[in-house]
Amino acid sequence: MSAAKWRKAMNPGALAAQGAGAPILARLDRRFAGAAASPATVARESSPTLDSAALLRHGLLLAALIVFPFVATPFITFQIGGQCLTLGLIALSLTFLAGYGGMISLAQMTVAGIAGYTVAILGVSGTAEISLNWPSWLVVPCALLIATVCATLIGWLSVRTEGIYTIMITLAIGVAFYYLVLQNYSVFNGFQGLQKVYPPEVFGINWRDPLPFYFLALTCAAAGYAWVRYLVRTPFGIALQGIRDNPRRMHALGFNVVAHRVAAYAAAGFIAAVGGVLFVWYNALITPGSVGTSWLINLLIIAVLGGLRHPVGPFLGALVFVLLQTFAIDLIDRERFNLVIGGVFLAIVLFSPDGLLGLWAKLRARMTTRAAGVGRSTISTQRP
Amino acid sequence: MSKRASVAGWVLLALLLVALSVWGIADNARLFLVTVLNGLTLASLYFIVASGFTLVFGLMRNVNLAHGSLYLLGGYIGYVVAEATGWWVLALAAGFLGAAVVGLLLQVVILRHMQGQELRQTLVTIGIAIVIADILLWIFTGEVHQMEAPSWLKGPLRGIPIINAYSQYRMSLLVLGVVIGVALWLFLNRTRVGMMIRAGVDDRAMLAAAGVNVNLVFAVTFAIGAGLAGLGGVIGAVELSMVPGEDTRLLLASLIVVIVGGMGSVVGAAIGAAILGLAETFGLAYAPTYSVVFTFVILVVVLAFRPRGILGRA
Amino acid sequence: MKTQKRRFVTKLLGGAVLAAWAVAAPLGTAVAQQPPVKIGVLATLEGPFAAGGADGMRGAELAIRERNGMVAGRKIEMIKASSDAKPDVAVNAARKLIEQDKVDILVGPLSGGEGIAVKDYSKTQPNNTFINGSSGAQATTLTNPSTNFFRFNTDGAQWMVGLGEEALKRGYKRVMIIAEDYAFPYSQVQGFMTEYCAKGGKVPIKAWVPLGGKDYSSVIARIPKDIDALVVILGGADAVNFLNQYEAAGGDKPMLGGSITVAQDVLNYRGKRRESLVGTLSAGPIADSIDTPEFKAFVASYKKNFPDGYPSPGLFALNYYINMKAALDALEAVKGDLSGGQAKYRETLAKMTVKTPVGDIRLDENRQAIGTTFVTEVVRDDKGGLYQKVVRAIPNVNQMLGQKPADFQIGSRDVPNCP
Repeated sequence: MSAAKWRKAMNPGALAAQGAGAPILARLDRRFAGAAASPATVARESSPTLDSAALLRHGLLLAALIVFPFVATPFITFQIGGQCLTLGLIALSLTFLAGYGGMISLAQMTVAGIAGYTVAILGVSGTAEISLNWPSWLVVPCALLIATVCATLIGWLSVRTEGIYTIMITLAIGVAFYYLVLQNYSVFNGFQGLQKVYPPEVFGINWRDPLPFYFLALTCAAAGYAWVRYLVRTPFGIALQGIRDNPRRMHALGFNVVAHRVAAYAAAGFIAAVGGVLFVWYNALITPGSVGTSWLINLLIIAVLGGLRHPVGPFLGALVFVLLQTFAIDLIDRERFNLVIGGVFLAIVLFSPDGLLGLWAKLRARMTTRAAGVGRSTISTQRP
Repeated sequence: MSKRASVAGWVLLALLLVALSVWGIADNARLFLVTVLNGLTLASLYFIVASGFTLVFGLMRNVNLAHGSLYLLGGYIGYVVAEATGWWVLALAAGFLGAAVVGLLLQVVILRHMQGQELRQTLVTIGIAIVIADILLWIFTGEVHQMEAPSWLKGPLRGIPIINAYSQYRMSLLVLGVVIGVALWLFLNRTRVGMMIRAGVDDRAMLAAAGVNVNLVFAVTFAIGAGLAGLGGVIGAVELSMVPGEDTRLLLASLIVVIVGGMGSVVGAAIGAAILGLAETFGLAYAPTYSVVFTFVILVVVLAFRPRGILGRA
Repeated sequence: MKTQKRRFVTKLLGGAVLAAWAVAAPLGTAVAQQPPVKIGVLATLEGPFAAGGADGMRGAELAIRERNGMVAGRKIEMIKASSDAKPDVAVNAARKLIEQDKVDILVGPLSGGEGIAVKDYSKTQPNNTFINGSSGAQATTLTNPSTNFFRFNTDGAQWMVGLGEEALKRGYKRVMIIAEDYAFPYSQVQGFMTEYCAKGGKVPIKAWVPLGGKDYSSVIARIPKDIDALVVILGGADAVNFLNQYEAAGGDKPMLGGSITVAQDVLNYRGKRRESLVGTLSAGPIADSIDTPEFKAFVASYKKNFPDGYPSPGLFALNYYINMKAALDALEAVKGDLSGGQAKYRETLAKMTVKTPVGDIRLDENRQAIGTTFVTEVVRDDKGGLYQKVVRAIPNVNQMLGQKPADFQIGSRDVPNCP
């Protein structure tokens, strides 16, 4: 069934009752509590067509991002810009899974780590006894393939149980992988990890220099963003959101719920894999610490911070996170970084479950209401 | 999976375990038996901590990922009290109460207002776990804190056949685990509050309709669950010592115990704890390199064949 | 439609903030290109190693304070950075110090894995000089060493030289090793076993405890009856935990300690076996009871400057102090001249001998320190307390532990082996 037919088939009249822009977390939780959400809201929410105004905004942002490295220092370009785009891409996989699929998976960093380790093991690294020195045109696709397959397996394991379990099970899987790479020296080089994992020199450019890396990350991030936005408007994406809101109804309609979910894991896994390859090139190393519990939770923080409702959220969250991480020591006691980031995360989940984007939405709503004066039904910030 | 296939699977597993046990005893009987005892005593600790976790989930369907931090909090409180007064039993009580109070506050002030939004509650508990862990790190620094066993539990129990000597304190853990397990079972199955909790697990709405103050029941349950974590913390402070990182370890252990044993079931928690404790200690004794990975493999296998856990209910 | 407008403004604002920051940041640092010499100090100020990192910072600061904050007529500007023992965080922090804060010299990091990562980073910054803080991984200077990374503290293996011989002298012919399963204990075990095995000692069993594991019951169950002593390479407090569990299980074998094992926690042990701790051998780069005037002056200076620090400077304080002192001594020697990509400065660093509270230190061809190791023994003092007495001081310990470079292998789970 095409997306248009789907939308037509559903009753748009129920839209007003539900509230088009209900917070994602609230919708997920309503689903767990058994309440039904009209798929029409799903359809409406996920398909803002790319009209000329939207194109203009996207174009302006893209232009700003392209011009950015030429006005910023190489340090800012690389450490802030490059890291933000890379982390944002990995977090985008989590946003896709959680926001559009209703499954919060803490194993996305694990998938990224698997891709990173594969690049290090199959390609060139400082540990000559382990690395196989395959050519990079072979290594990168292999890494993406292996990581995506692993993501599918993780998904298959996780979708067999209900929503809350997903967090626990993916956390356990992530920690299991951490201990595997920590204890194994023959393949993963244990505690030391693999160092000197550099991107290949293609077209004579050193891709780890600030400018080339930034543009590489920007291209991948933009591609990921575009792909997610496209994917959620395809029949698959819409079915996925329907499954997020009411799996029983979808199952009754004849959709294979498990298959859709596992496919979502695979798609998210691919995004995380690309991010993982970029991340290992950014750090030029990969160690068990890169896939440990703190990074698993950090990724969740980044995704929730920015907001799970839109693919730009993770990049926003990554920006805040990286800025805090880099400059916190100049402002506050760096020792208390975890307290600050945990506190910010807590505040966001308590007061604005849709992250910074949700906060912005509320502010805008309040400003618009005040401006309009008369009771205008703005974007609902309802709590069930 | 068909009934016959599943029975065959269990029988095969049992045979494998028996074969391994026979080999273990033949190889080094002392090591084998000590390891069994070690596993069961460790399982007691895991059971005490995980029972709180499963209680909270079973009733409120709240995955409290701050459970590990409550363990650490209880342990540190117990340490401070033990240093100040020298009484281990007082420290136990202080650890239990301290964690219970914090858990109560958590439930009443924050989580109650999100009742029904399980995902949001889970994320909130993650945030709280990070904050509590860092505050504890701030106060107590990263140094390892070791609590001493009470003098009447120190030293070895001598004269045991084959094993010769075994830690009194560890043995007492086994006793404590059984006592708490029985007490919990009695509480849930023979008291009014327990009856309300069990009813709430089955049908929350009906419980409220029957006129029970559901909020109060939730608060009490959460406090007990948190208190159990704190109690576990004090026990662990003696046997395993307190250090940042223990909170994550015990949280993961609780997760595994509860996933394997089944959510919301105290007996399931006991079974899961036994499996985890034995797997971990046998792994450490016979194959230390991958012992931790091994425990997670068990988790994955259980998930693959019994997604709800061994005694799990929806 | 409103949703989209909202998002647009968000993105525009975000872009504006980014642009403003990016423009402001270089302006801020441009002012700093002046006579003060900027030295960045990187230590683990977060996470479980935070206490050690704080002590390391104190050591570095002490070296600066002893010069009254000036070297060769230039003011010293110390910029702190923090990591949490993860290599990627350490490299990010180092990159910020070098590229954003524009330090000339970087002293750090603290932990082994970070050291290797920062060494790799140093190769991309040939015009800056990197001096170690306290990291003790062997691979940092043995595998792919960097020409602008200098380590003036000895590594984990060097810290155990002399212990093997002393153990054999006391009659410990068969020992069991109990250590955590990662790089630092591997190096310590290697430092011990290289000598011990060569002189006829036997190590029938090595028990590697998983990182962070606190349950030693399985390890204790595996202790064979026919060994003479246990070589315990755990942190001080973990060692106390181990001793408690060992005592509770009825064990009574004597113990040899690694360099971080016989710390205050162990010396204050209140268990029944406290008396049996007397005579425990250990080895390391520092001991509380070194009675040379230089060391006593160092301890006094530490106490005076940091009344809220430890009662006595620890391992990390000493190492950071030595490395910072070397950095400043060399600066003095070249009269503060860091021109020409700091080439003259690095040449001086490579050739100089640093006078430290624990003896003279010079570098080998991989820019790794050759220094002194102290073999110690726990003895009772006249008040009934326990302290570490220096049995022997072994000078000129080099990273190859006296072996030929071709024969030398970095320590791992199975290297070296002499069952």
